[in-house]
Amino acid sequence: MEKFMADFQQTFIDSNRWKALLSGLGVTLEITFLALILGVVLGVLVAVIRSSHDQLEIQHKKNGVLSVLNAICKVYLTIIRGTPVMVQLLIMYFVILATSTNTVLVATLTFGINSGAYVAEIIRSGIMSVDKGQSEAGRSLGLSYVQTMSNIVIPQAIKNILPALGNEFIALLKETSIVNIIGMKDITKWAMNVQGRTYQAFMPFLGIAAIYLVLVLGLSKLVSIMERRLNPDVESDKQRNRDKH
Amino acid sequence: MLNQTNSETVISTEDLKVYFKDGRIKALDGVTAEIKKGEVVVVIGPSGSGKSTFLRSLNMLEYPTSGKIIFDGTDLTAEKINIDEHRQRMGMVFQHFNLFPHMTILSNMTLAPVKLKKLSEADAKAKAHELLTRVGLDDRADAYPSQLSGGQKQRVAIVRALEMEPEVMLFDEPTSALDPEMVGEVLDVMKELAKAGMTMVVVTHEMGFAREVADRVLFMADGKLVEEGTPEQIFGNPQSPRLQDFLSKVL
Repeated sequence: MEKFMADFQQTFIDSNRWKALLSGLGVTLEITFLALILGVVLGVLVAVIRSSHDQLEIQHKKNGVLSVLNAICKVYLTIIRGTPVMVQLLIMYFVILATSTNTVLVATLTFGINSGAYVAEIIRSGIMSVDKGQSEAGRSLGLSYVQTMSNIVIPQAIKNILPALGNEFIALLKETSIVNIIGMKDITKWAMNVQGRTYQAFMPFLGIAAIYLVLVLGLSKLVSIMERRLNPDVESDKQRNRDKH
Repeated sequence: MLNQTNSETVISTEDLKVYFKDGRIKALDGVTAEIKKGEVVVVIGPSGSGKSTFLRSLNMLEYPTSGKIIFDGTDLTAEKINIDEHRQRMGMVFQHFNLFPHMTILSNMTLAPVKLKKLSEADAKAKAHELLTRVGLDDRADAYPSQLSGGQKQRVAIVRALEMEPEVMLFDEPTSALDPEMVGEVLDVMKELAKAGMTMVVVTHEMGFAREVADRVLFMADGKLVEEGTPEQIFGNPQSPRLQDFLSKVL
């Protein structure tokens, strides 16, 4: 136990290592948060383009611009989902943005673009999972395609995709642990540094594992709270069952 | 409004064709028909005969391959048409109700009229309560669709369509997904609607309803309109062998 406390002291307290850890945590959270926003924006955009294109196909109509956009989206999805994110990060850093020294920008773009591809397919499958009769009912009342989407289809799709979207955010958070290969000082890099200085492996690596775990659990909790918020009918069903007993 | 005699045509179709899979499936193969104001038209036929496709193409939920659909003087198949405007004047009731599960009954009803600025929120609510009272469901206004029985859901679906004050009501097998004991309550609502003078097109397997309520019956088979006439003619004196065969199976 004394050894444990000494290791703890050496890993987290000595030489103000906790300060470096906090700044590493800041880097991890910053990249995750920025990439998450970029990923959702890109994902929604791609999902809307792909769904609208599918919708027109059903009506035997063609729109040149939409066809081109749809083709671009397909290429994007294929390349991003078909290559490792670490390779994408290296390409972004050493090839595409080779002149930039802004590693936060490089990491945010890489993870945002990567996440966007997965978010797009999650959202598209969510839109497809809503029964066709729902949009038919909306359209038959005279609502436009956009009104039907935003009031009827998307609210139901979000409910269906929230668990999958939550998983994607969790994966994104964990994947940021590779940013040290482009020299960013996130919490994984911090642990590697501490291990290099102190020859202690147990404490720093299990320490950051615990930190990742806590972050993931927090994120899961957040998602499940949102899920419950979006399920009024389930809530009132519960209420009704309670009233019965 | 032009002269509103009983013979005024509300919807007509001209050689309407709906093909699927590049023409390999001819769901609708040249149907010419018309629906007059105040008329109750019941469409019958074996499954796969195209009767649902016919009904769904009347408000362009099915996209015609060729032919015309004239609603109140406008060709709905024309290129530059705002179909939403026309759909606002045609109510539709589906086999599977298609209520919006994430909204209360009241919101289901007020969504379209409020979004389309047809009614103010308060007016829409008042009207919804009035309609719900008419079908005996006003006490369920704040419930969610999942808390209703099938018959109740379909009654709500009917008044949801009525909330938009449509000129025509289209019914796509409204009782086919219901338990037998709930069929009556839905048919009663439809009968009342017919009595009130609503123009209705009903695809159904309820021959009793067709006999009792229909002004005219259309019999369809293989994507074609095979025979049409009054219920007395269709059920009492069927002409085509196809219809005789069909009636011998269902009656």
